[in-house]
This record gives sequence, C-alpha cells and structure tokens, in this order.
Amino acid sequence: MEAKFLEQFTELLERETPVTLEDVFREYDNWDSLAYLSVISFVDEEYGIVIPREEFGKMKTIKDIITFIAANS
Amino acid sequence: MANFTYNNIGIAGLAAAVPKHIYRNLTDNKNFTEEDAAAIVDKTGILERRVADAATCASDLCYTASEQLINEMGIDRNEIDVLIFVSQTPDFRMPATGIILQHRLNLPKSCLAFDVNLGCSGFVIGLNMAYSLLQQDSIRKVLLLNGETRTKVYSFKDRQTGFLFGDAGTACLVDKNDKYGPSWFMLDSDGAKSDYISIKSGGYRNPSTPDSFIEREHENGRVYSDEQGYMDGAGVFEFVITEVPKSIKKILQFAGSEKEEVDFFVFHQANKFMNEHLNRKLKLEEGKVPFSLQKFGNTSSVSIPITIVSELNGKLSGAQKVLISGFGVGLSLGTAILNIDNPWLGELSEI
Repeated sequence: MEAKFLEQFTELLERETPVTLEDVFREYDNWDSLAYLSVISFVDEEYGIVIPREEFGKMKTIKDIITFIAANS
Repeated sequence: MANFTYNNIGIAGLAAAVPKHIYRNLTDNKNFTEEDAAAIVDKTGILERRVADAATCASDLCYTASEQLINEMGIDRNEIDVLIFVSQTPDFRMPATGIILQHRLNLPKSCLAFDVNLGCSGFVIGLNMAYSLLQQDSIRKVLLLNGETRTKVYSFKDRQTGFLFGDAGTACLVDKNDKYGPSWFMLDSDGAKSDYISIKSGGYRNPSTPDSFIEREHENGRVYSDEQGYMDGAGVFEFVITEVPKSIKKILQFAGSEKEEVDFFVFHQANKFMNEHLNRKLKLEEGKVPFSLQKFGNTSSVSIPITIVSELNGKLSGAQKVLISGFGVGLSLGTAILNIDNPWLGELSEI
C-alpha cells in the first residue's frame, strides 16, 4: 500500500520530486486549504474513509496519514 | 424521524430569474491575482455568476419569475392558496417578505404567506412544506419561491467565499394531479455545526456595532467583517461527503427504488470539487447529474430549481423520477425522490 500511496500522493499534491514517508506535508510550499480538500477527497474515494478534521490536525507526516488509514480500514 | 411520503402532489411548473450583470471570476475580482483566481476557479468550476445591483432584492427576482410563471402558464391567481418565500436575504427583518409578495403578485387575501429562513436545503424543505399543505382539501395550489442575493452577504476579499456565490430567484408551482404518483422526503438537521456557515453579527445575539462592520484579516489571508458570511469550507466538505451519500442510500431504500431507476440527480450546486466527489462516490452516470454552477455559482436554496430550469429544459418528458438533495447552512440536509411528469419550464429571465 505504501508505495502506491506515495506515488498517488506525489501526483495529487503536484510535487516535482516523489514524496516520502517522513515528509512533513504542511511544509510543502504549495500546501493550502485546497490541497487539504484534495487529500480528504482522495482518501475517501480510495479507502472509503473520511478523515475527521481533528484527527487530520494531529497528523504531521505522510506516514501519519497512512497509519490512520491502516488503523481505520 | 422526519420522513414523509405523499401521493399525487407534484411540480406543475418552474421559472427562474437572474440579474443581467455577469461577474467573471477569472478576471473581475481585483482583490486576487489572476493566477490565484484561476487556481480557485479550476477547483470550484464557477466561471461566472450573476450579481444583483444595490436596488435589486431576492424578492424582485422571485417576483419576475412568478409573473412569468403565472402569465405563461395561465394560472388563476385566486387558486394560489399559499405562498412560501425561502430566503436568507429578505427585504426587511420584519414583516415577512412573503406577505409583501402576496400583495405585489395580486394574490388574494385568503392566501397564506410566510418566510422560511433556510439556505442550501431550502428548496427541498420548502417543497416538503408545500406538499404537506396540499394534503388539505381546501389548498389548491402553492407557490414556492426561492430567492437569494448571496453576493451581498459574502466578502469578495475572502478566498474561500469570494468566488462562490451568485444571485437568483425561482418560482415553483406545486399542485395536485393523479399523474404525479408517490414522492418521498427525508429531512435532517445538525445544529452542533451551526457555526460552520454563519453571519456572526446583526441579529439579536450579537447586535450590529460600529466594530462589527470593520473588515479584518483572518487565517489564510481571508478578509471579512462580522457582518459578512463566514464559511468553514473544510468542515462543510467533511459533512457533505459523509452525510449526503448516506442520505441518498437511505431515501432510495425508503422509496423502494434503485439508483438506476432515477432519471436525474439534481444536487445543490455547492462547487465542482464537492459535487464531482459526490458523483464519483455514489457512482452516478454523468449524463444523469446536471450542473449549472459554472454559470450561476452557488445560489443557496435557488440552486436546485435553477438547475432544473436551465439544464433540464427539453430533457424532461413523460413520467420520470428525479432525486434532489440540498445541504448546507444550519447545517441542514434535505433529500427527496419526486415523480415528475412534464413540468412547464420557463425560459430564464434576466432583470
């Protein structure tokens, strides 16, 4: 799941270099409220999980998102 | 549970009116760079919207749509026993704008007229009220009006709301006829999220003060005053993608219907990103889901009826099933399955 997720995330967030598990996604220069909506939408479509905002607020790295999905699917 | 079923009550006709001034999101909002505007338009899908001038109220748009509908359908005004005006931009704080419209439209004094303070769910909930009142033998026709001048509510300097909303008014005539058959409504409220979409000041909880009119910069460069609309876009998105699909599955079950039997799904036109997400999540056929938001933006409770008028004219023939769903401010959610049989649809009026 991790490899596919990283690939999809790189495309979703329009990153020029592949994202990594340790990336702190809020530090991306193009991170904004629209990027947030893209992530929530993507996770819902791909995994059928709507990440609650308060949970998302606690996440720092890409790995945190993957861990949440794994624990809730 | 606020579930309703009706028989042989339905929509006889629909008309819509918009201001003639077209506001182009890609070029007209000078508070943002064209690059920023393009990025926002790309996500929201709203290329343009109609903006009412200072002298035009929601009621004026509804008045024009009503006159068109009554005259072109040849309706006897004396048979309109109820007028419902759904709006969050009324003419006055009192009296109810619906009562002013009863007089302007030359409806009889024996007509019940009132206002309903609901937004994006307001067409579905207003329609449910119309159907409910028509169960009385003495009520012959109900005129349901949805009108909004949302551009007067939101700050054009707010990145989240400054590109979304448009002004419009519709008139919907509801009556009784054996051809309509059954219909189903499910209506939900979630007041725990009442602060997701709101105007903080100007009511009696927080009366207007000189300070409440001062524009302030908030997080992410959003600029608005406490007299203007605030929206927590992410919170609303989470609500919609969680609750709306559930509501649609439930109403199909309630109506004993499959989604394949539904001819059209007409959703509140929130923004392209949210609406397309719903389509994909519900796996709906593209041709069954009309969009009008690219032309009119989000017009709150007007968005469902104006989408029917502008996108389904010429596409409705014979008995068809239409699912409608409105969701937003409140938060409030209304979903219905209607049997529609050749309603009269007016050409869009511009004033």
